[in-house]
Amino acid sequence: MEGLDDIVEEFLVESHENLDQLDQDLVALEQDPRSRDRLSSIFRTIHTIKGTSGFLAFNRLEEVAHVGENLLSRLRDGALELNPTRTDALLQMVDTIRALLAAIEASGGEGSVVVADTVATLSAVLEDTPAAAAPAPAEVAAPVEVPAEVAAAPAAPAPAPVKRAAAKRAPAKKVAPKTPRAAKAAAPAVPKPAPVPAAEMLPPAPPAPAPAVDVPQEVPMEVPVAESPTLPPPAAEPAPEPGEERAGAQPGRRAVADSTIRVDVDLLDALMLLVGELVLTRNQIVQYVGRQTDQDLVRASQRLNLIASELQEGVMKTRMQPIDHIWSKLPRVVRDLGLQCGKSVRLEMEGRETELDKTLLEAVKDPLTHLVRNSVDHGVEPVAARAAAGKPTEGVLTLRARHESGQVVVEVADDGAGIDPAKVGAKAVERGLLTPDALARMSPADVLQLIFLPGFSTAAAVTNVSGRGVGMDVVKTNIESIGGTIEVESVPGRGTCTRLRIPLTLAIVPALTIECAGDRYAIPQISLQELVALDAEKAAAAVEEVGGASVYRLRGELLPLVHLADVLGLPSDRHDGHVVIAVLRSEGRRFGLVVDRVINTEEIVVKAVGGQMKAIGLYSGATVLGDGAVALILDVQALARRALRAETAERQEARVAASVSTAVQERQRMLLAAIGGGRRVAIPLDTVTRLEQVRSETVERVGSREVVQYRGAILPIVRLDRHLGAFGDAERETLEVIVYADHGRSVAIVVEEILDIVDGEASVHSDIDDLGLLGSAVIGDRVTELLDVRAAILAADPAFYTTPPAGFPSPGAFDLDGAGSPAPLMEV
Amino acid sequence: MSTATEARSVPATSQLATFWLDGDLYGVEVEHVQEVLRSQSITRVPLAPPAVAGLINLRGQVVTAIELRERLGRPARPEGTEAVVIVVRLHGEAVSLLVDSIADVVDVDVRDFEAPPDTLDGAARELIRGAYKLSGQLLLALDVNRAVGS
Repeated sequence: MEGLDDIVEEFLVESHENLDQLDQDLVALEQDPRSRDRLSSIFRTIHTIKGTSGFLAFNRLEEVAHVGENLLSRLRDGALELNPTRTDALLQMVDTIRALLAAIEASGGEGSVVVADTVATLSAVLEDTPAAAAPAPAEVAAPVEVPAEVAAAPAAPAPAPVKRAAAKRAPAKKVAPKTPRAAKAAAPAVPKPAPVPAAEMLPPAPPAPAPAVDVPQEVPMEVPVAESPTLPPPAAEPAPEPGEERAGAQPGRRAVADSTIRVDVDLLDALMLLVGELVLTRNQIVQYVGRQTDQDLVRASQRLNLIASELQEGVMKTRMQPIDHIWSKLPRVVRDLGLQCGKSVRLEMEGRETELDKTLLEAVKDPLTHLVRNSVDHGVEPVAARAAAGKPTEGVLTLRARHESGQVVVEVADDGAGIDPAKVGAKAVERGLLTPDALARMSPADVLQLIFLPGFSTAAAVTNVSGRGVGMDVVKTNIESIGGTIEVESVPGRGTCTRLRIPLTLAIVPALTIECAGDRYAIPQISLQELVALDAEKAAAAVEEVGGASVYRLRGELLPLVHLADVLGLPSDRHDGHVVIAVLRSEGRRFGLVVDRVINTEEIVVKAVGGQMKAIGLYSGATVLGDGAVALILDVQALARRALRAETAERQEARVAASVSTAVQERQRMLLAAIGGGRRVAIPLDTVTRLEQVRSETVERVGSREVVQYRGAILPIVRLDRHLGAFGDAERETLEVIVYADHGRSVAIVVEEILDIVDGEASVHSDIDDLGLLGSAVIGDRVTELLDVRAAILAADPAFYTTPPAGFPSPGAFDLDGAGSPAPLMEV
Repeated sequence: MSTATEARSVPATSQLATFWLDGDLYGVEVEHVQEVLRSQSITRVPLAPPAVAGLINLRGQVVTAIELRERLGRPARPEGTEAVVIVVRLHGEAVSLLVDSIADVVDVDVRDFEAPPDTLDGAARELIRGAYKLSGQLLLALDVNRAVGS
């Protein structure tokens, strides 16, 4: 039922489970009344129900459970002995609890379920009154109350038949959880109370939402007992009630307890692994079938393709939980910490329904909590300081979560004082992590990244408030250990924003397979920025040496190169002078990994490797490739640390200098591209997600639009030359593509040539423009047109900004037409 | 070390799966052995300790292969001979051992057991618990846990 709180739902599921156990325990207890274990188990169950119901303010439930608990504790302590009367009282309690739970599930409240008689019965047996006396008060109460639960009480005086009834009841209970429907079946019985057999066949009614159903079932039982003449009349009375109750219960709805199932996470892990294997096998088959002409086989493989994708998605979903599971604890953290620090902080959350894999959820819990504490502790200023700065006295801490291109992005943003790069820098120099000289050359943004250095406590660096054990380096390590990234942005006086990018799931990751010294390795796609292939001639000119370390000028920026073969201590088997560089990003730095060959992009299932392999510090795991061979997954972070640390101080400075120049440009860098006809356009670099090359024969058509398959998605293409009315070369073999992606949608912008990345700020701007342009500027001594990116994107995908993406692309979702493998990332 | 102390850790009779390695017969407790495989392709792991021969794909599970010759300080397997893979399961994890060839499962009696001779040297001494004196042949009892340990 809508509005049913999560907590209540969990309580219901749990209680139903517990009650089933209770039934078994009670029956077993009758056989062996002295079993301490059973009594303790029953006691704990009731105690739990009592505690939770008290917490959730289900007072009548609490009352019943409380009295029951009293009785049970006496029994457990041996003060009372279990006899049939007491057993029956306990079973009556269980039935009443069931009725209450059913009412709660149906209406969210305790409904009209009456507990007084059950309480009376329990109290009676508790006070150790002789069994025969017990029914008296109950019977008096019976006609007055709504008759629902009454029946069991009068049953008490006749131990023999009741015991029989109780015994009957027990097996029936096993059916009970399924009974909303059964109860409905029972409903027609109301007007004409069935003779004795009815009592034996029907399960006891309490689980049914309609308490009235109890009556006809219990009533026939009364007849043979013949000791409760007061009862028959009520049978007519409840008749009007079931109607209302049932209306509330909706026909055919499954009860909470029936619609959920608890599954061992290990089992899910195993399923996930198997599905991963299936997906890989599917990929193999789909690739193989792509070369076949047998139509039946092709169709079958398409079906397999679809089913495997759906299966993968389904299994993944079982492990997905909204991030609210961990966020829900944060308001309390913020409140308490705010009070403690004497600050006033409001917590806002956006996208709390964003889902991610449970394992990952657990992994981000601590880092996220740390970041939130950091923000309250160090970020948001005390009230007085805020007032002095002209800000509202109440600080705002915003948590945002969203899906973005196959990742989950989580932001922790505050509107506090921000991090002062000067202080961070000073601290770094004081710690001997940097020379003052090097610091002077670093951009503020680069300085900010220093807070992630091991041993660099933000607390000590940014404020004087003590830190809490984990530093930002640990946060970073934790996030990176699950394949995520972390970045921090801060404007002094305005606030700080920390952004986590986390993969949706750990089990299957897209990766680039490369070859080095005859072996294949996998590089997780998340750290890969682009691929650069240089033929021998070009490589000889473009790969330069800086103080003994090789670097490559990537669009004007120096990219330190790391030769994988050297790192692995193996002889490279590429001797033709060609250089293939995978541009990787790790810890905020880019470097180029020189490999022998790029093989493919494929989805890999990450397998753990033994501790010995981990200790080497180069591999984050292993995977089984399509052909069954094992390939090691390179640990890009470790690789970067290992390779870059080895550099001399001189080279270090060269790199710092290089990164300074890039950092300065960061905010206003433009990508320059030729579009044909001698025209050049500039595109803000921050709108560029990736640069790619696509073979023109892979361009396909959807209606009048051109599209290309790219990493499992269909990318609409806009050709800038046509869009802007330039006249480019008619047909080229390879298209230079600028990929722009936002909120899970992507478009490919085709240009003639990518020229350079330049600093666009210092140039002369003019508002001379044309269709599709924002204006023009002089960049590098030439007039360059400023592209209206929005218009260009809309030309490719008119729905880009208006329609939300149809779900994030599942990592397993290859091109659904099953026609072949994903478009190659790049021809090498 | 006396036979008596050994008897505590070794049941009176036990079954050993035996294999040949550089002319010697070794045995591991049969309950540790999960399966025996032939001609597996092994992915080498650069920079790994020398005893790690590489990784094996065991029905989708990636399993580390230990070169037992290296571990026991024996010369490398001659060119052209293929190793046999014994997959052992320890503490719920599968590890594989590379040996020369597989032999029978042998019932051994603890009374035939003797501690390793004092002349046994270095690497092997740590890994060999002792020897069972079979007729005409010594069966060296391998301590699997140590053999796969780092």
